[in-house]
Amino acid sequence: MMDQALSRRSFLWLHTTPIVLSLLLVIIVLIVAIAQNSSLDRTIIDLLIRVVFVVGLYIFIGNSGVVSFGHTAFMMIGAYATAWQDCCSMVKSFFMPALPKLMLETTVPPPIATVTSGLFAAMVGLLVGAAIMRLSGIGASIATFAVLVVVDVVYSNWESLTSGTSTMTGIPAFTDHWVALVAAVAAIFVAYLYQISRFGLMLRTSREDEVAAKASGVNVVLQRLIAFVLSAFFAGLAGGLYAHFLGTITVAAFYLDLTFITLAMLVIGGMNSLSGAVIGVISISALIEVLRQLERGVDIGLTTIAVPGGTQEIGLGVAMVLILIFRQRGITGNQEITWPFSRLMYKPGGADAAFRARLAGSRRSSPSSAIGGRRHVSSVTKQRGVP
Amino acid sequence: MNSALQFLIDALSVGSLYALAALGVGLVFGVLRLVNFAYGDFITMGSYALIVPSASITAIVFIGNWPWPLLIIASAAIVVIVALVCEYLVFRPLRQAPPPVLMIASFGVGYIIQNAIIIIYTARPKAVGIWPGLTEAVAIGDLRVPGLQLVTIVVALGLLVLLVLFLKKSPFGVQMRAAAEDFQMARMLGVRANTVIGTAFIISAFLAAIVSLLLLCQVGVISFHMGTQLMLIAFIATVIGGMGSLVGAVVGGYAIGIVGTLLQVLLPENVRTFRDAFVFAAVIIILLARPQGLVITRAARERV
Repeated sequence: MMDQALSRRSFLWLHTTPIVLSLLLVIIVLIVAIAQNSSLDRTIIDLLIRVVFVVGLYIFIGNSGVVSFGHTAFMMIGAYATAWQDCCSMVKSFFMPALPKLMLETTVPPPIATVTSGLFAAMVGLLVGAAIMRLSGIGASIATFAVLVVVDVVYSNWESLTSGTSTMTGIPAFTDHWVALVAAVAAIFVAYLYQISRFGLMLRTSREDEVAAKASGVNVVLQRLIAFVLSAFFAGLAGGLYAHFLGTITVAAFYLDLTFITLAMLVIGGMNSLSGAVIGVISISALIEVLRQLERGVDIGLTTIAVPGGTQEIGLGVAMVLILIFRQRGITGNQEITWPFSRLMYKPGGADAAFRARLAGSRRSSPSSAIGGRRHVSSVTKQRGVP
Repeated sequence: MNSALQFLIDALSVGSLYALAALGVGLVFGVLRLVNFAYGDFITMGSYALIVPSASITAIVFIGNWPWPLLIIASAAIVVIVALVCEYLVFRPLRQAPPPVLMIASFGVGYIIQNAIIIIYTARPKAVGIWPGLTEAVAIGDLRVPGLQLVTIVVALGLLVLLVLFLKKSPFGVQMRAAAEDFQMARMLGVRANTVIGTAFIISAFLAAIVSLLLLCQVGVISFHMGTQLMLIAFIATVIGGMGSLVGAVVGGYAIGIVGTLLQVLLPENVRTFRDAFVFAAVIIILLARPQGLVITRAARERV
């Protein structure tokens, strides 16, 4: 009994990352809730939705090492699925005449609509992923990009389902900062549990060395597909939250700009760690907000100093490039953030011994978990590229 | 017969533009493993080079009025300078970085260039007509085609021949091919990294300027995002052609041009707006059928 209690505590000390990251978000939300500044409030909701999306993006990109441009498409699929379910009950048949009769007549409650939107995106992810997960490296990236374009063209032109390129309005407002916070924390925990699960570890082995992973019995295509579907779910969920946040959606919002800015957040934070995904979103969002404030003007005494228009974008670009030059592995250096001194609190012989015993017992465990042991989240990234 | 010829010319001229842009992307990828998202903005720069920097609504054409050889040289020179500055400031410090980092950095560079253009020239598209003679129709037998299409095809073929000669015969070209095959080994044998990468950027930027001018002739309007679409297609062309293979880049460019034109003709009227969806679905199918690309180089084959 006592041993078990000890091992459970030890397990927690070993895995403080999702708790620390969630606390960070909770603190940010609490500060904003106390400040009661409505514009800041919207910024924070936006940030939390991006956390959901980028953490989703990380589940696939970070663990598999394959860069995907296609997840924006899943976000759009999620956002429109939300609109199909609970938009504008009166004029639904006017905006989306091609919907099935059942869907035209029912209005789904927003929380359910948000989750089912994620599930719908995951389903599309399963169909698409089953085809393209066989590809590796840059070929896979291009295939996901092609998915983005195909979905964009279809949604832009299928007037009877999406009202084309015009804006769709009347989606009920449901996403406040608490809802967004719950979703972001859920995303962080799922992503973390996934990456320490055997599936996550198997996928990470294939990221480090695809051939060696295959030789060790990892079904790379299947593992990629699992991650792809899971990350499509969170992308779709982010889409649902976004639709419920703005109340209006348009196809143009889900294209290259969003794709690149979210990818930039992930890479700048450190694409191989969950902490990198969250820190990337927070720091880039903070940077954008600061530049936006500067552009609006800062009161210093009696005078207002404002930087010229356009500085925001250029400043963002310059900052991104500088961070990448000086921290090529991202702000977090691809490491996970842990609670200070948690390593000292962790009792060897507790979870670690149990973990090792389990590893020894399971024959099919993946090679990286066997090597990783304690620091199961391997941050070894081979240097590829040219001098 | 006529419609077949018309189709062929359409497909080849579109494909030529794609192939040139794909070569520009492929050259830099070959030596640096850099997926250069700033390439679209290099293309855009080529056209903005023709007008005076100002926020006025109408374009004040300056270099654009020069005689054509000077115009091409001036436009290319400006793009080359921009490209080399980017290489020196951003891509050189990042040579050791993993490919996704390079890619996002290039996106950052493109973002900076694009917004600098918006600040200097405003986001408004500006009409600029260069070489109006080219848009006049030329008769081939009893078929009349825009002269621009023929010029595009001829220019592309000419540049391809020149590039092949350069890569096969000149010492720079040989070094570049060696570097594309195995950069580490090439350096050991005395190939200078900076020279090779610099040369790749210069040629790539030159091609961007040419593509830009051809594109401008065709659309007659300069806008800050005019190069983006072309860059994306070029990028896809290099991948389906076979990453790292220049022949592949050209083949990929023409393949996308032909598939696009073919679908434009074959698709029934009511689904024609979905054409791009079909083109990109075709891209996925090509990738699945030949994951290594249409043209497989020895260097691209994964070794264990």
